[in-house]
Amino acid sequence: MALLEVEDLRVSFDTPDGVVRAVRGLSFTLAAGSTLGLVGESGSGKSVAVQTITRLTRGADVGGRVVLDGVDLLTANEEELREVRGARIGMIFQDPLSSLHPYHRIGWQIEEIIRAHEDIGRAAARARAADLLGLVGIPRPETRVDDYPHQFSGGMRQRVMIAMAMALSPEVLIADEPTTALDVTVQAQVLDVMRRLQEEFGTAIIMVTHDLGVIAELADDVVVMYAGAAMERAPRRELFYRYHHPYTEGLLTSLPLRGEASGRLRPIPGSPPSLIAVPPGCPFAPRCQYAFERCSITPPLAAVLADPRHQSACWLPADRPRQESAEEAA
Amino acid sequence: MDTEPLLHVEGLVKEFPAGASALTGRAGGVVHAVDGVSLDVAPGETLGLVGETGCGKSTLARCVARLLEPTGGRVVFDGADITHLSGARMRPLRRNLQMIFQDPFGSLNPRRRVGAIIGDPFAIHGLGGRAVRKGRVQELMELVGLNPEHYNRFPAEFSGGQRQRIGIARALALRPRLLVCDEPVSALDVSIQGQIINLLADLRTEFGLTYVFISHDLSVVRHVSDRIAVMYLGKIVELAPSEVLFERPRHPYTRALLSAAPVADPDAADSRRRVILGGDVPSPVAPPSGCRFHPRCPKAREDCALTEPPLEPVLGDPDDHRAACWHPLQAGEDLTAAPAPLPGGVR
Repeated sequence: MALLEVEDLRVSFDTPDGVVRAVRGLSFTLAAGSTLGLVGESGSGKSVAVQTITRLTRGADVGGRVVLDGVDLLTANEEELREVRGARIGMIFQDPLSSLHPYHRIGWQIEEIIRAHEDIGRAAARARAADLLGLVGIPRPETRVDDYPHQFSGGMRQRVMIAMAMALSPEVLIADEPTTALDVTVQAQVLDVMRRLQEEFGTAIIMVTHDLGVIAELADDVVVMYAGAAMERAPRRELFYRYHHPYTEGLLTSLPLRGEASGRLRPIPGSPPSLIAVPPGCPFAPRCQYAFERCSITPPLAAVLADPRHQSACWLPADRPRQESAEEAA
Repeated sequence: MDTEPLLHVEGLVKEFPAGASALTGRAGGVVHAVDGVSLDVAPGETLGLVGETGCGKSTLARCVARLLEPTGGRVVFDGADITHLSGARMRPLRRNLQMIFQDPFGSLNPRRRVGAIIGDPFAIHGLGGRAVRKGRVQELMELVGLNPEHYNRFPAEFSGGQRQRIGIARALALRPRLLVCDEPVSALDVSIQGQIINLLADLRTEFGLTYVFISHDLSVVRHVSDRIAVMYLGKIVELAPSEVLFERPRHPYTRALLSAAPVADPDAADSRRRVILGGDVPSPVAPPSGCRFHPRCPKAREDCALTEPPLEPVLGDPDDHRAACWHPLQAGEDLTAAPAPLPGGVR
């Protein structure tokens, strides 16, 4: 039973240059307690898609359905949305400094969230705030609640953000590139905190990232996005070891391989299409080495492969031969 | 090293004044960005420099390329001491020593046409007439995979990957011998990253280039480098041939860094034993005593805080594998089993 269902989500922005179709028919489901990885490059629409889930995309033209527990968030009124934001869906973003108020103490900011949703006194809220900071691994939480955001390092600020997002024990945590701005050793700490919280509270996580390494570490299921649409969706191992879509293949073979220091990379030629004039047919066709006539005419539907949880929006046959990742490019 | 090194760096120090506080009247300290770094780069070699934010890798690169003047130590390029050369006296040497930057948006003047940007080195060095220059620029554009017909376009008309190619073409214009690349692919998407890495590899083969390649991305550095230097708080903590560094790291920080980097392979990710370091990198204004890594090191003992370990071969390693550690890792040693680090490094 899916906790969150996104169905044919469409988001576009009217700009002076034309209508930018940022998300073009995205569907996925999120099971309770699981982690869904949403991976894609710049401009793939992954961030816009998740921001639309809690209706943070102001001024956008939105279509489709986002159903949380039977309620469509896209048609919900402001009051219903307030009940959802923070309380049922928590969010963390790439840059914690711009998400924290610089004038207020960390503890106060967490208390505000709790008190906005629960009838609870200042002292009790403050104790909860300190507990939360301890939970995300901030040392001496009882004294650090009185510190301001600038007194925390980047990694510690991201922990504060996680504490705020988890303050009301939401069922869903949306993490939009939460570790992109952090160094690897600090990234490892933050991902570790997220993993432990998920084990303890059973929170479902939508992890938005461009980093296939992060996906390989903690996603249960993966959706690969390109030009505003899902190219492929599959359980983690299935995606990395039995991928079908040529774009997924291109992403994986672009990476310097583990254990193979020499040899050439096989990057994807060209660059992504403009979202103002997305080509008809498959958006990846102009860069795809396997493309044939039909690809540039008709957009492929998501075809189900051998594993029923595995879908690929590609016209190639389900049993198409794939380039082995260790193979040398000709 | 058998041959004369193309680049020789000896005891390099670069300090910056840390802003004095007008509010409290407190005197500013000194940021020890690079603090005594020595290394050689052989002709035709690619030396990778890795480390986290604030470790001094970019400052080191800028000192080597003489965009910054070192506070102490020596930089010798192709036999000439360039440590304190003035801009004018540095100019003839610049033909042989060029730099590529991370940000393909900030490093190109948005108001100038691409042809003029790439042709600048010819103009500065007074090489060739207008027509000759245009021909050379178009050859360069072709070489780096740009369409020579786009000679008259502005940087804004190019994508991030193409702009990085423009930066590379400009750096290559005078056929340099050493290219210092500061995070050249970090701002690019993975599919574009691969294109630039392959281009740099091709150029290396074609022109026998020598690279100093800086990145925080370990898999990229491993892919391109012959040898790798790992930096932490202004010092090199380990220096070794790439494969040796990845397979038999001696310094606990190197191991922690390697184990923390996410790998796009679920099996490897699941089976890996991660060393999660406590705390953050300390301030370079007041670096810890002794070994600078000791407050976060799972293997630290009392002596680590007292004396600084020299960068030298340890435990019978060959001369080209050096680590600065009093208690280097043994083969097969499990760091995750070590006791938690001292709480001193936290905050």
